[in-house]
Amino acid sequence: MTGNSVPVLSEKAESKLKQYVARYPETKSAVMPALYIAQEELGHISKEAVYWVADRLSLPPAHVFQVATFYTMYYKKPVGKYHFQVCRTLSCAIRGAGKITECLHSRFGVKAHDVTKDGQWSYEEVECLGSCGTAPMVQVNDIFFENLTPEKLNALIDRMEREKPKLRYSAVDEDLGAGFADLPKSEVWVKS
Amino acid sequence: MAKHHRILLKNIEFDDQGEISAYEKRGGYQSIRKSLQLAPDKVTEEVKLSGLRGRGGAGFPTGMKWGFVPKNTGKPIYLLNNADESEPGTFKDRLLMERDPHLCLEGMMIACWALQSNWSCVYIRGEYSYPAVRMQRAIDQAYAKGYLGKNIFGTGYNLDIVLHRGAGAYICGEETALIESLEGNKGQPRIKPPFPAVQGLYQCPTVVNNTETLAALPWIMENGAKAYASIGTEKSAGTKLFSASGHINKPGVYEVDLGYPIEEFLADECGGIWNGKKLKAVIPGGSSVAVLRADELPGVRLDYESIRAKGSMLGSGGFIVMDETTDMLDAVINLQHFYSHESCGQCTPCREGAHWVEKIFSRIQRGGGAPSDLLLVKDITSQIAGHTICPFGEALVTPALSFIEKFPEEFERPIEAALLGGGLGSERAA
Repeated sequence: MTGNSVPVLSEKAESKLKQYVARYPETKSAVMPALYIAQEELGHISKEAVYWVADRLSLPPAHVFQVATFYTMYYKKPVGKYHFQVCRTLSCAIRGAGKITECLHSRFGVKAHDVTKDGQWSYEEVECLGSCGTAPMVQVNDIFFENLTPEKLNALIDRMEREKPKLRYSAVDEDLGAGFADLPKSEVWVKS
Repeated sequence: MAKHHRILLKNIEFDDQGEISAYEKRGGYQSIRKSLQLAPDKVTEEVKLSGLRGRGGAGFPTGMKWGFVPKNTGKPIYLLNNADESEPGTFKDRLLMERDPHLCLEGMMIACWALQSNWSCVYIRGEYSYPAVRMQRAIDQAYAKGYLGKNIFGTGYNLDIVLHRGAGAYICGEETALIESLEGNKGQPRIKPPFPAVQGLYQCPTVVNNTETLAALPWIMENGAKAYASIGTEKSAGTKLFSASGHINKPGVYEVDLGYPIEEFLADECGGIWNGKKLKAVIPGGSSVAVLRADELPGVRLDYESIRAKGSMLGSGGFIVMDETTDMLDAVINLQHFYSHESCGQCTPCREGAHWVEKIFSRIQRGGGAPSDLLLVKDITSQIAGHTICPFGEALVTPALSFIEKFPEEFERPIEAALLGGGLGSERAA
């Protein structure tokens, strides 16, 4: 691995990775969780993040790089502290997803995939998030916000500005209090 | 409203159902105990007799799929829970994993015992963070109780179940792509044969079953194959979850006995069309199946055969409803964009063709369409379907062709307008 600078990640990241490697019959299977761990720590999948994964799993960096670029959830460039993903696929589209994207565009004043100057906000349109019955919706970092209107979305962003909530689960699938305490983490179940 | 059996959603309304104590209080983990008393082959036999078919989309008989796994190869056998639910219009597995994760786990345990698998994995789509947290918690609780790990339930049988998160690739719901992804590669499908049952994960015998399929197993083992087979129709046994979305009053996940009339489902479960509008079309089984016009629905039932007879498919049960105001050209462009974005890029006809189809529809929409464009789409799609490694090719072709066939005027009108307005080819010339 000469010539490639392997970044120093936290003890926690290293131990998380060990935990994952132990789960699989073969080490290479840990590439995807390893990329998540690196992304959680470094913010996006930079070249250095790829080198870290390659080094720890003894894989060619080119292999790790092709995996990282194949999957959309590994960010190849930085995203905002709050990254909004608007579902644009049919069920959301026919219930007003376009207005949700417009709302984010006018509120943040940047194009999709760009980050606001303060590093706080970014958004993009993504394909079906499995929230078709509660359309339209956005996923902010890891948390779903469903049954939205532009008004509800604006109120939500106001709250985010004020309360700065943690909207990400840990990369080992622990809850650790992510989301707004008074809002449901999912609206998929509707009592009839 | 028709009364349906509650097999998958029987305890879905309980907020504490994700806790192992509550799950057990309501009879959970008795089916796996019962199954462990039976020879593995007896469990497979029971599942075969039940008539259970794969709920991910293909509808392949589950017991038969298990029967393809060769015995005594000396290699480990793997059972993979396909929770990569990404078919547009589908959100049923999400509901199961969020609100009854132990049911999903118990189903996996039963399948693992039948197949004699000692290592199993839930492959869950990356965007399903909350369902992943819920499933992981359930797995941790099951380990703590001795229901997973070494010597489960004191039977001497060892079983590990792990959770693996995808990262935003629709194609990983295709079973060989899922296996590639789990091995730590790009999720690109493999050529079959060899089928996963013979050479799957790490070249070992592997069965990939959908979450909903697995979640039906505890009920089948508890109540018997006969009881399950007596529900639904002769060829479509049991109940199925439908994810209802779009222009309806009551979107949501509904469990119905297979064979249920589609119009009753629309009127009762879905609560009818919103805002007093009229129905225009339904996509009954997720975006990859043929669209049905409102006038085609009378007499159609929600089962594999009845929908097949209408030229569509039951698929994943992703039931997308469109009212009379829906622009079908807009709708199909939306779907073709999905397919061009999600093509894995491995086979040229799909990688290139998906973009062409989307672009041709888009140019018709922008007033630059030519009269030959619909023939061009048919020509291109004829070179995609059947010419790719996996069924994604068929999946992207089906909406394109069925929308043109069912709603020709919505494509011809803008093409004619372009002709009359002198717009023919003007966009391309410019």
